[in-house]
Amino acid sequence: MSDDLERRLRSGENPARLDVGRLLEAVARRAADEGLLDVAYGTHDSPLGRLTLFVTPRGLVRVSYPDEPIDAQLDELAASVSPRVMAAPERTDAVRRQLDEYFAGDRHDFEVPIDWHLLRGFRGQVLRATARIPFGAVSTYREIATEAGSPNAYRAAGNALGSNPVPIVVPCHRVLHAGGGLGGYTGGLERKRFLLGLEGVLPASSPR
Amino acid sequence: MHLPPFEQLIDAHAAELHRFLTGLVGPTEAEDCLQETFMSALRAYRRLRHGDNLRAWLYTIAQRKATDSVRRRSRRPTRDLDGVELRAPAAAEPADDALWLTVRALPAKQRVAIVHRFVLDLAYAEIAGRMGTSEEAARQNVSAGLRRLRREVTS
Repeated sequence: MSDDLERRLRSGENPARLDVGRLLEAVARRAADEGLLDVAYGTHDSPLGRLTLFVTPRGLVRVSYPDEPIDAQLDELAASVSPRVMAAPERTDAVRRQLDEYFAGDRHDFEVPIDWHLLRGFRGQVLRATARIPFGAVSTYREIATEAGSPNAYRAAGNALGSNPVPIVVPCHRVLHAGGGLGGYTGGLERKRFLLGLEGVLPASSPR
Repeated sequence: MHLPPFEQLIDAHAAELHRFLTGLVGPTEAEDCLQETFMSALRAYRRLRHGDNLRAWLYTIAQRKATDSVRRRSRRPTRDLDGVELRAPAAAEPADDALWLTVRALPAKQRVAIVHRFVLDLAYAEIAGRMGTSEEAARQNVSAGLRRLRREVTS
């Protein structure tokens, strides 16, 4: 039974146009103010491409290079940290400012808190040891393994560095092979070479 | 199954929830209700045990927000002491405004069922799922709502 009344109901009341982008911003802003935003993220253009920065109330939890698909990372953080994940670029402002200073050569040490709580065990020890390597210096996989408490576990140390969730800020690019070879890098060797060039360890190279 | 990032819920469901809420509370209040719906969802999101049927869950919250909004509005005075209209009459609203004002005056269950049925074009089984009733009750709510609308809407 379809009559005039049903037809009018079906045509609906014209909804005002919904701006989903504005809604997302409004919800994210209120969420942050009320302490409901467990993971906030924003993007940042750098000489190494567009980085995505993820922060929790504890600190920086993830920095990703443009070749890592964003949706997969959002899913991963939703599962490992909290599903309350939203874009809120202003929450990443401090990190963005410091990255700009670093890439401009004006900053040697990052002063943003790191959220370590996903980095337990040996992996956490390796990355903490790596975070202590100063600007312009380098270390080796074996030295880092030793500092993390297991001198023989240099392969495991290599794996931990390869899965560094916070590249650049936790400077895994400063860890090389004992023989002087570059070793590996999450973002690709070109990026490792660029960062070491920026820090004066290698001759300066082009970014990508 | 893990819960999806909250942002994806907004992306996936905002447009349809907005149509639903527009049917329930009108275009002026719909956006506020939508924002309140997502804020409530976000508060509860971490404690959810599983991600089954998140859509039905969002509709339950939206329905509650719409009911709150209608209740709040009916308490609000429309005239001040001098008898001057506080809210501008619906001059700029669409022609079918009278119909939708009547929809909004229906009892809550009928109102929600009517909007699900005709604005979102859902089958009775889906309406039942979203309203947490039997399919038969969903059917009855729709037909009772229609009867009442036929009686009260003239043009």
